[in-house]
Amino acid sequence: MADYSFRLYVAGRTARSQAAESNLRLLCEARLARHAIEIIDVAERPDQAEEARILATPTVIRLTPAPQLRVIGDLSDHERAAAVLGLPSAVLEEGPR
Amino acid sequence: MTARGPIERLPTGISGFDDIAAGGLPLGRPTLVTGTTGSGKTCFAIEFLARGIVLFGQPGVFVTAEETADSVRSSAASLGFDIEQWEREGRWAFVDASPIEGEEEPIRTVGAYDFGALMARIDHAIRRSGARRVSFDSFSSIIGRFTDLGVMRRELVRIVAGMKSLGVTLILTSERTEEYDGISRYGVEEFVLDNVIVLRNVLRDGRRRRTVEIVKFRGLPHRTGEWLFTIDSREGFVVIPLGVAHPPAHASTVRVSTGNAGLDQMVGGGLFKDAIALLTGPAGVGKTLTGLSFACGAAGTDERCLYCTFDETHDQLVRDAASWGLHLGAMEAADRLLVKADYPESASPEDHFMHLRHAVADYAPSRIVIDTLSSLERVVSTQSLLDFVIALTTMVREKEITTLITAAYTGQAPQGGQPSSGGIDLARVTDVTIMLRYVERIGDIQRAIAVLQARGSDHDHAIRQVTVDDAGMHIGDPLPRVAHVLSGSAALTEQPPWPAGPDAAVREPDAGGGDQAGAS
Repeated sequence: MADYSFRLYVAGRTARSQAAESNLRLLCEARLARHAIEIIDVAERPDQAEEARILATPTVIRLTPAPQLRVIGDLSDHERAAAVLGLPSAVLEEGPR
Repeated sequence: MTARGPIERLPTGISGFDDIAAGGLPLGRPTLVTGTTGSGKTCFAIEFLARGIVLFGQPGVFVTAEETADSVRSSAASLGFDIEQWEREGRWAFVDASPIEGEEEPIRTVGAYDFGALMARIDHAIRRSGARRVSFDSFSSIIGRFTDLGVMRRELVRIVAGMKSLGVTLILTSERTEEYDGISRYGVEEFVLDNVIVLRNVLRDGRRRRTVEIVKFRGLPHRTGEWLFTIDSREGFVVIPLGVAHPPAHASTVRVSTGNAGLDQMVGGGLFKDAIALLTGPAGVGKTLTGLSFACGAAGTDERCLYCTFDETHDQLVRDAASWGLHLGAMEAADRLLVKADYPESASPEDHFMHLRHAVADYAPSRIVIDTLSSLERVVSTQSLLDFVIALTTMVREKEITTLITAAYTGQAPQGGQPSSGGIDLARVTDVTIMLRYVERIGDIQRAIAVLQARGSDHDHAIRQVTVDDAGMHIGDPLPRVAHVLSGSAALTEQPPWPAGPDAAVREPDAGGGDQAGAS
């Protein structure tokens, strides 16, 4: 089971959606051992966007661990994105576990 | 795809608004509604959807960005709309874009973003409900949370384009900080939306005055300037009609008794059914008596009279009437009379007008007495009083209700000798002008009555003696040798002021009686 789980809301298969997804994956792979990412396209699932009251896309919600955190944008600034999502520093730099 | 041609209108159904908008909002176009805090933006946005559902069967989508959906539901409930019922029926859909609990402001963003999710939600709600109308309340709240004006402007363009392509008519509200400066707080919305309506809530002379103004309308015709409105507990958002409503197609030729045979003769055989008569006179001269006689003219007919007094309580009025031999209790019991006694201070003139409108709707009177208009002067500005009179006359003309308005005589004689109240030339909006005055003689004071104008009638030009006893008012013979009645300082003169002749009274006002009296 994943320590960190995220839900990424995007609107359609746009360059911005793809940038957000690859930035999120890069961040997670660099800093987290176990993680899960679910991607929701609001163009196909507007009801899910309604339920989570998403306004802007892309939006990332960190579902676990608590507390839930939200960040809006394509996460192009990795350092800020990591800080806002509460991710640890890059795993590889921490040495052996 | 878009057909060229004249822009069609969408009647909003908001009371009185479509009259100033010359038919309604531009169909399928976005309209910006701006105003300061508490100016009625949310109310307007709710009404826009609710009237569409109630009057035109058009479903609506409400995007709420400031208040929660629950708070909008309860605001609507206080306006008399059961939104939850409409939600169950699929006729009203919310898109809740209000801040999520614990949300930081401004919202943290990392990198580029757009409002794709919001658009998808609105789009989904419109398709699901078949909406023809969308209210977005408010966009300034979104800007306040996201702060990046460039992105906000770009995204607003997208939202507006999306609404246009779906063919819905959009109302988008926005906050402004000043009543008379700028359009919106962030200066974004007015560059994107072509049509602009401003709601104002101005403190003037110690009184709140709510107005609505159509500032831009894509070059379509509309009425200009600020129009009074009120948020009424029964009728919701109401733009007070100031002569813009639909006049009746014909003028009545039916005569209605004033309740006094002598006065009937003086005005040419009674008042026309659609007439508005103004009765002026100083305190105690017999205005209320004349009003009550007029009210009692409804006795023994199938007519009903609505008597609005701002001077007395119901019981005081009944007592006064009894002293003149008029029994209001019997009239009330026979459902011929409804007395409404209101303190002038109890409401704004707009709300007094709304109370009257409700009473007219419920009671369906064919006669109305307003006694006295001057009492309202204590609490309102001259402009508001004039607006009240115009709104009132608009309503009674539309419904062909014979109306008698009494007003205190201020002692000033405006040009032409016409009576006024609070500096307003009331005679311009009324059809018949009657004056009651005191006349000084050596050793005593008499009362006199004269009819100054009676549109469409050959009225009596004489100044006649009036006596009052326990059987009411009696109009007698012309008073000889009385002058300066119009100026309010009537006195017996040594010389007859005019040669006896049919045009005598007509010339009198031109003689500048007021000035002469003042100089003597």
